[in-house]
Amino acid sequence: MSQLSVEPVEEPREPAPQGGRGIRRVLSPVRSARGIARILLWAGAAISVLFVVLAVFAPWIAPYRFDQYSAGGHPFPKQGAPDATHLFGTTVQSLDVASRVVFGARTALEVVVQSVVISLLVGVPLGLVSGYLGGWLDRSLVLVMDALFAFPSLLLAIVLSFLLSGLIGGTVTAAALSITVVYIPQYFRVVRNTTVSAKEATYVEAARAIGARPITVMRRYLFTNVVQSVPVIGTLNAADAILTLAALGFLGYGVQPTQAAEWGYDLQRAVADAGAGIWWTGLYPGLAIVLLVTGLTLAGEGLNETLNPTLRTRPLRRVLLPPLPATLAPRTHRDRP
Amino acid sequence: MPTKPDPTDDALIEVRDLSVHYRLGGSAAARLLGRDTGAVRAVDGVSFVLRRGEVLGLVGESGSGKTTLGRAMLGLVRPTSGRILYRGRDIGAARERDLRRLRRDLQMIFQDPHAALNPAMDLGTAIGHPLRIHRLAATPAARHRRVVEALERVGLVPVEQFLGKYPADLSGGQKQRAVIARAIISGPSLLVADEPVSMLDMSVRAKILDLMLELRRDLGLTYLYITHDLATAKFFCDRVAICYLGKIVEIGPTTQIFAEPRHPYTRALLAAIPEPDPSRTVMRDLPRGEIPDAARPPTGCAFHPRCPHAFGPCGWEARDLRALLESRWTRIGDDRYRAEQSLFADLAELDTPGRRIQIRAAANAQGLLDLLTEMRAVDPAEPFWRGVTDIQIDGDRVVIEFAPPVEPHLLPMDEVAVSCHLYDANLSPDAQVSDRTP
Repeated sequence: MSQLSVEPVEEPREPAPQGGRGIRRVLSPVRSARGIARILLWAGAAISVLFVVLAVFAPWIAPYRFDQYSAGGHPFPKQGAPDATHLFGTTVQSLDVASRVVFGARTALEVVVQSVVISLLVGVPLGLVSGYLGGWLDRSLVLVMDALFAFPSLLLAIVLSFLLSGLIGGTVTAAALSITVVYIPQYFRVVRNTTVSAKEATYVEAARAIGARPITVMRRYLFTNVVQSVPVIGTLNAADAILTLAALGFLGYGVQPTQAAEWGYDLQRAVADAGAGIWWTGLYPGLAIVLLVTGLTLAGEGLNETLNPTLRTRPLRRVLLPPLPATLAPRTHRDRP
Repeated sequence: MPTKPDPTDDALIEVRDLSVHYRLGGSAAARLLGRDTGAVRAVDGVSFVLRRGEVLGLVGESGSGKTTLGRAMLGLVRPTSGRILYRGRDIGAARERDLRRLRRDLQMIFQDPHAALNPAMDLGTAIGHPLRIHRLAATPAARHRRVVEALERVGLVPVEQFLGKYPADLSGGQKQRAVIARAIISGPSLLVADEPVSMLDMSVRAKILDLMLELRRDLGLTYLYITHDLATAKFFCDRVAICYLGKIVEIGPTTQIFAEPRHPYTRALLAAIPEPDPSRTVMRDLPRGEIPDAARPPTGCAFHPRCPHAFGPCGWEARDLRALLESRWTRIGDDRYRAEQSLFADLAELDTPGRRIQIRAAANAQGLLDLLTEMRAVDPAEPFWRGVTDIQIDGDRVVIEFAPPVEPHLLPMDEVAVSCHLYDANLSPDAQVSDRTP
C-alpha cells in the first residue's frame, strides 16, 4: 500500500499496444524541461523520493517500532536527549523520535496516496460528465461542489473525520477520506471547466459525427485532453494534504496514536516540551512536515511550468553554421566591381 | 418500415422547408425574466433534393447559413421546423440513438483539418474508431486491414509510417486526408464536405479535390460541397445552390448557373471573382454594403437592400431609408450633415417595421419632405424610390408608404430555379430584365 509515484503517469485507459508510446508522449515535456522548471522538478522529485523510500522501507530503516518503549527488557528513557542509541532522542511517552519520524512518513504517504486517488476517481469522472452533459445535472453538481468549496477546508475535514470516527474509527483510511472531501471539488472544477471548453472543439463534433456515444466521446476524446492539468493539481494537493493531515492529528481528529505514527500528533505532544528546553521532540517531526511539503510543492510547481502550455517556454538552441569557404563568403558593396 | 421507392427520381436526401433558428442570448435581464430574445434564422425555409451520386455545391458568403444547413443534414443540429428525409426517415426528428446508426451512412469532412482530429489519438486508432463504434470489424486484425486500406485509398502511404503518428506530426493536407479516410471507412453514401480545402495551401487544394472526385467514382459517393469559393464549385460540382441569408436564391446545374446567372446575387458573386488580367477592368456590379443581420432579416427578398435591380414588391421598409440617409451623410460635409440630421425628431423611428411609416419632424415637416425630394432628385436611379408609393405631410410628420412586400419563392426556369421577383411575370410587368450579364 505504501508505494506511490507522484509523477504524472496518466492514461490508464489508453489501449495497451500504444500505451507505452502514449506515456512517453505525455512525459516528453518533462524530459525536455529546462532551466528553473527542471531544477524545481528534480529537487522536488528528489525530496519526495527520499520520503517514499523512508515510507516503503520504514521497518528496516527505523531502529525501533513506532510504538516501542523498551528494547531487550530495558525501557527507553523519558524525554531522553539525542545520543547513540536514540539518534533523535525520546519523547515524553518514552518512544524513539527517529523511529516515529520514519514511520510517520509511511502514514503521511498512505494518507496522501489514498486521498489523491479517491478524489481523482470521484472528481475527474464527475467533472467530465457534468461538463459534457451540462443541463440540470451540471448546475446541481456545480452548486454542491461550490458549497463544499466555500467551507474552510480544515473545518470540513474535521467534521467529516468526526462523522467517520464513529463508523470506521480513527484509521488511516478514515483520515484519507476526510481529506478527500476537501479536494474533490478542486478536480471537479478544473476538469469540468476544461471539458466545457474542450467539448466545443471540432474533434468532439467529429466524434459525434462518426456516431460515438456520449460515454465514448468522454472516454476517448475528452478524457485524454482534459486530464493534462490534473497531475499538477494532484501534486500540489498532495502537499496540502500533508498539512491537513498534520493539522487533524494536532487537533486530535486524525489517525489514532495506536494505529500509526503521525507527525501532527507528535507535534501536539511536544508542545509542552518546548518550554522545558526539550527541542528534539518537536524539531524532527516538524522538519519532516516542512521538508515533504516543500518537496511536493516544488515538484508540483515544476510540473506546472513544464506541462502548462501557457507557462512553458521552449528552449531556443543556437544554430551554429560552419564557416563559409572563401569563394562563397558574402561580399560587401565595396567589393563589387 | 420498408422504404417506399420514390417514383420521381433517385433522391438520396430530400430537404423540405427546413429551418434552423438559433435563439439569441439577449441581455442578462431578459434571460432572467424569460423574455423572448429573438432568434437568428441561420436556415430559413430551404427545400432541395440531393440526388444519388451527384455533387451539390452550397455556395454563399459567410453567414449565409450554409454550414448550419450541412450540419443539420447530419443531425448535428436540430431543425426548428421542416423535414430532412433519408430513406424515408426524418433525420431532423430522429432520436439520438437512431441517428448514431444512421451516421455510418452520413459522414462529414470538416473545414479545419487541424481541429478535426483528436490530438491525443494516433491515426490508426482514430481512423479505425468508426469501425469500432459501429462494430463493423469482427477482429482487431480485420479492423487493422480496413484502416490500412482506407489510408492507402486516401494516399497516406507508406501506411506503416502514418499508423502510429499523432495529428501534430502531420501537415494540413495529410490531416485532411486522414479526416477523409475516417469519413469513408464506414462505407457512407453521403459526405458533407464543409469547405474542405479552404484552410489548405493552394498547392494541396487541387489534390484533395481530385482525391474526393476519385472517391466519388470508386465508392459511388454523393457530396454536399459547402463553399464560398465559386472557382472550386465550378470545378467540383454537378449542381450548385446559391445561399443568401438562410435561403437558397438560385439552384441549378453548374454549367447553366455559371453561363447564365439569373439572380442578381449570383451575378454579383460571379462578378466578384477577381480578374486575372489587371489591364482588363470590368464594370463590376458588386452589391453594396454587407450581408444583413440574420436576427432581423430584411422583409420580402433578403437581398433587396443590396440589389441594383430591386423594385416595388421586393420588401422596402424604413430601415432602408435610414441606410440611404447614412450613406448620404458620409458623403456630404459636416455642416450639412448636422443641419439635415436636426430635421428629424428621432432617427430611431426609422427602425420601426411596417408598410407605412410616420417620421416626426423636429421643427417643420416641409423641410424633411424637401430633403427627401432632393435625395430623390439627386439619384432617381436609386432602387429605394421604386418601392415608395407615396410621400406626404401629415401635420408635424412625413408619412411614407411603401409598395406591399412579397416573399419571393423559387421559380422554376428551365433546369434552374430562381427566387427573384424579376422573373415573376405577375409582379414584374417588364419581366424582361435588362440583361447585364457580363
